[in-house]
Amino acid sequence: MKISFKVNGAARELDAPPLQRLLDALRLVLGLTGTKEGCAEGECGACTVLLDGEPVNACLVPVGQCQGREITTVEGLGAAGHLSPLQRCFIDHGGAQCGICTPGVLISAEHLLRRNPDPDDDAIREALAGNLCRCTGYQRIIESVRAAAVLRRADARDVGDPRDVGDARGARDVSHDRQEAP
Amino acid sequence: MRGEATRIGDGINRVDGRAKVTGQAKYAAEFEAEGLLHGWVVSSGVAKGKIATLDTSAALAVEGVVHVLTHENRPRLAWFDKSYRDEDAPAGSPFRPLYDDAIVYSGQPVALVVATTLEIARHAASLVRVTYKTEEHETDLAARREKARKARPGKGGYEPPPKPRGNADEALAKAAVKVDAAYESPAEHHNPMEMHATTVVHEPDGALTIYDKTQGVTNTQTYVSNVFGLKPDQVRVISPFVGGAFGSGLRPQYQVFLAVMAAQVLKRSVRVTLTRQQMFTFGYRPATWQRVALGATAEGKLEAVVHEAIGETSRFEDYVEVVVNWSGLLYQCDNARYDYKVAELDVYTPLDMRAPGAVLGLYALESAMDELSYALHMDPLALRLANYTERDQNTDKPFSSKELRACYAQGAARFGWEKRLPTPRAMREGNKLVGWGMATGIWEAMQQKAAARAVLSIDGKLVVGSGTSDIGTGTYTAMTQIAASILGLPIADVTFKLGDTTLPPAPLQGGSWTVASVGTAVKAVCEAVREQVFKLAKKMKGSPLAQASLDEVIFAGGEVRLARDPAQAVSIAAAMRAGEAFTLEEETSTLPQLQEQAKYTRATHSAVFVEVKVDEDLGKVEVTRVVSAIAGGRIVSAKTARSQILGAVVWGIGMALEEETLMDHDLGRFMNHNLAEYHVPVNADVRDIEVIFVPEEDEVVNPLGAKGLGEIGIVGVAAAIANAVFHATGKRVRDLPITLDKLL
Amino acid sequence: MNRFTYARAEQVGDAVSAAMQRRAATFIAGGTNLVDLMKENVARPDHLIDINRLPLQQVEETEDGGLRVGALVTNADLAYHPLVEARYPLLSRAILSGASAQLRNMATTGGNLLQRTRCFYFYDTATPCNKREPGSGCPAITGQNRNHAILGASEHCIATHPSDMCVALAALEAVVRVTGKGGERRVPFAELHRLPGDMPERDTTLEPGDLITAVELPPGRFAEHCTYLKVRDRASYAFALVSVAAAVELAGGTIKEARVALGGVAHKPWRDRTAEALLRGKAASTEAFQEVAEALLQDAQGYRHNGFKMALAKRAIVRALGEAVSGRQAS
Repeated sequence: MKISFKVNGAARELDAPPLQRLLDALRLVLGLTGTKEGCAEGECGACTVLLDGEPVNACLVPVGQCQGREITTVEGLGAAGHLSPLQRCFIDHGGAQCGICTPGVLISAEHLLRRNPDPDDDAIREALAGNLCRCTGYQRIIESVRAAAVLRRADARDVGDPRDVGDARGARDVSHDRQEAP
Repeated sequence: MRGEATRIGDGINRVDGRAKVTGQAKYAAEFEAEGLLHGWVVSSGVAKGKIATLDTSAALAVEGVVHVLTHENRPRLAWFDKSYRDEDAPAGSPFRPLYDDAIVYSGQPVALVVATTLEIARHAASLVRVTYKTEEHETDLAARREKARKARPGKGGYEPPPKPRGNADEALAKAAVKVDAAYESPAEHHNPMEMHATTVVHEPDGALTIYDKTQGVTNTQTYVSNVFGLKPDQVRVISPFVGGAFGSGLRPQYQVFLAVMAAQVLKRSVRVTLTRQQMFTFGYRPATWQRVALGATAEGKLEAVVHEAIGETSRFEDYVEVVVNWSGLLYQCDNARYDYKVAELDVYTPLDMRAPGAVLGLYALESAMDELSYALHMDPLALRLANYTERDQNTDKPFSSKELRACYAQGAARFGWEKRLPTPRAMREGNKLVGWGMATGIWEAMQQKAAARAVLSIDGKLVVGSGTSDIGTGTYTAMTQIAASILGLPIADVTFKLGDTTLPPAPLQGGSWTVASVGTAVKAVCEAVREQVFKLAKKMKGSPLAQASLDEVIFAGGEVRLARDPAQAVSIAAAMRAGEAFTLEEETSTLPQLQEQAKYTRATHSAVFVEVKVDEDLGKVEVTRVVSAIAGGRIVSAKTARSQILGAVVWGIGMALEEETLMDHDLGRFMNHNLAEYHVPVNADVRDIEVIFVPEEDEVVNPLGAKGLGEIGIVGVAAAIANAVFHATGKRVRDLPITLDKLL
Repeated sequence: MNRFTYARAEQVGDAVSAAMQRRAATFIAGGTNLVDLMKENVARPDHLIDINRLPLQQVEETEDGGLRVGALVTNADLAYHPLVEARYPLLSRAILSGASAQLRNMATTGGNLLQRTRCFYFYDTATPCNKREPGSGCPAITGQNRNHAILGASEHCIATHPSDMCVALAALEAVVRVTGKGGERRVPFAELHRLPGDMPERDTTLEPGDLITAVELPPGRFAEHCTYLKVRDRASYAFALVSVAAAVELAGGTIKEARVALGGVAHKPWRDRTAEALLRGKAASTEAFQEVAEALLQDAQGYRHNGFKMALAKRAIVRALGEAVSGRQAS
């Protein structure tokens, strides 16, 4: 069936079997491999994306149900070439290790910080309860989200609209973590 | 930071962090190829027997299905076992996928459906009809313990138990105080977050480019070449990012075999990704039974150590790991006896999993030490200190370095151990029982042969490469940091490449030896480049360094500077320009200093202190606080080092309280083969974890003085938790995991 | 996954008649359970009717002061609905103790009711299972049954219902609105799920074509004194070994009405009105709670690995009732 939807702000159209997983549509059809597959059973959260602003497991969402809806993946978090506060802080605070859970964690955390700009550790744990990680032991993920919340609040004071924080911060980014995929 | 030199030991950010937080890092299943086909594995549902009938007609009839590979139509394969034996293979006859009609374990691949899309392959796989002629199987270690036998050695790195010393059994019988107990631990699966996957690109000239999830590209290359009769230069293996492995990528798993076989047969590019369920159909930490008996004087001096273990293995290979040897190495005791056996079962061969062997042996030993401390009415830490040893009695050698005493002291101080009330059930908070427990950890500090290449360009950019891997541990970061520090370059000007068989070869990434091995090669190759630069700098007309020797200069900020007068400097670019060298290239292979190293026992140590809170009515255990003090030699990259230990401690929490792969012995099949029911720790299980790196100098282990950190963080954690649970509740649980039913 | 046809329904009536035309037709809403079951070839519908566009998205007050929840309201929207939080905190807590934020955002009210029982063997097509393949046997009875039922099981099936939400709905005596062949009807919650008996393939009493359109909650009486206690193997994201939805209405120190529903112990959310009645008119006390706990579990039967659930359930009941009475839900 024909499906048209928005991915990271861009209109996309594809012809897919209705029960094709949104995850496969993103990874195999649209080439957006930033969203990861960790279990394909809704048990790990690696494939978390925002569907109309709410986190869902892309491995369980039939693409047929995405008609006319808006999807945000990890590729849509920062502005072109710039990192969002969460991305920045996951680098600075060691929130990413092997990198498979990272995109899903970032999406869940992004959703949390949009709703709750100043979450305590329990709120962070609750928001990330559906994201398993086998490397970090979680502590540094919590630290990263906590730091990103501070950064976003600081930027919100500077900039006004919290949704713009990613771009605003990114523009000042003087990262030395410039290594891309070799 | 730009422009500043980085030193070894600094806490720099993960250099691949940006690629990972933006989704740009590409993993084995994410490489594209023209006309890529997708393979889906059909797995056996029985544990033992023969395939009676295998009907692929319905699958083949599905539009889009290109081929169904089975033992009946497979191509010719290598004949001898040695062709299938990889770098991490134990003694025996390695498993050969789709080789014949024999079924040797439940979950064994019996067919590969290859189709134009993933959906078609998956659907067609459900149409493959297999019937079996089953035979009786045995999968229960408890039932086979009597038939356990001595293991055949042969697995790389395996040390059989040392010969006994003194007379442990007699000493035990005579000891004033003794404990003697059996400890059991279940099979566990690595469950890295990324599932095993391979994308094989069939190049126009017939060569293969293989993107594989592996802890060693050379291992995959050799295996594929040998099995399929290819020349190594026709097989390039690439693995830039690995989404966790913890040992699961030490051996080429069957997805790489099947993907290559399909690509060879079809002359097409093929990808095979395993499902989470199939992640439970190859290696795992073996179910293990142990007995530890300790005898001591009334004052707490150890008189006897007996440590016996039986681990499960398959019918076709003798998986072995060092479980018992540690017991005669960690404490001073003149009477020690060890026994280690394996029991053959109708299962797949177990596989090294984070701190293989040690994590089990230390669970039993450190639980027994705790039990002994109560029998002696002695503080558990005091008991360990009373039996502290400066010498490895197994080999009668000194340690190359051992700052375990400092681990105990600093860990205890940070934890507040002196406030512990000695009696079980004495500490409470609200309606919860509070327990404090501790344990010691140990792991070998090893170094392997490794090679690296470095190219310095006139623009000051340095590219260093070695065919190692980064399974999330931070290899990219640590190697970049070592290279940058030696040439005094900013991190941003150094690129480290790995995971490619076109790079100089490196050992498998395992055993915590990557920094020690590859780091040493990187150091050496960068020092060779440094020497070249220095020579050019000296030769320059009017060089202020003309009279200087290499040890009188420092490399910093892209310059070679006189140490005593840094204003006297030559820029690297200027030196290279003058010498008409647009690039300087070096390749080096480094070997451990075997003769010197052989004089010592080389090990990392740890002391782990744990607080648990137990809701006794409901049996629920929370690990509320952990302090892990590590003596791991020199710390190369402080941030990634801390991450390694934090993650490993949480592995210890999983091992102690949650992780267990449940086998249905009637069916001979693992049943909780998903992440909903194979419980790995979740966010909410983790509270406060603190890591202390105790300073430790060691000039023997390797030129960097780094001992490696991948394993040590988990060793001892399960015992510390079990000991804390006993302290809280007065209940000693001797079979892992300590699930709530065992505390009711 | 098998092959199937797919259609979207725009009206309840169309959905129901479409479902009755095909023997193996299935409705799909959030899909969180169905897609998983289809991928594993456990569920093999030949026709999927996507009901996501049906007008069943509302949460509204009923005339009697209760609440009507449309079948397509997501678990997340329901849990965080202000009226639910205020009047039925038991329901909010039960929902939020289950699954993950991601799943709760997709899963619907009707779908949650219809999720299949959880059992290793049911999910693994390489093994026999009477629920999946009637007559093939139940390996769980002698196999890995730590998660399995201790109440109401049969020699054919010992699986447990995995929902947390349903345990709260059972305690709250919700009513399920169903549209089917004979038009619309109201099914008391206790009559929706069934015990396995000799037909373990059927989890509910619904007939082919029946579509759940709403769940109705009677006026809230227990907002002050209720608790949902979930005991599981890790701190979040795990199925309940035992869960207890406890709700009491107090008059002075005396219990006017009490509800106790158990999850993780049976093929359906477990309630026993006779046992609950023991509390009526009594002063709240640990002894009284223990008496109910004993009564609730008196017919319990353990298997090799799950016998502990009997003691655990009793303790959890006492704990939950204590928390409900004191009005303090421990986290």
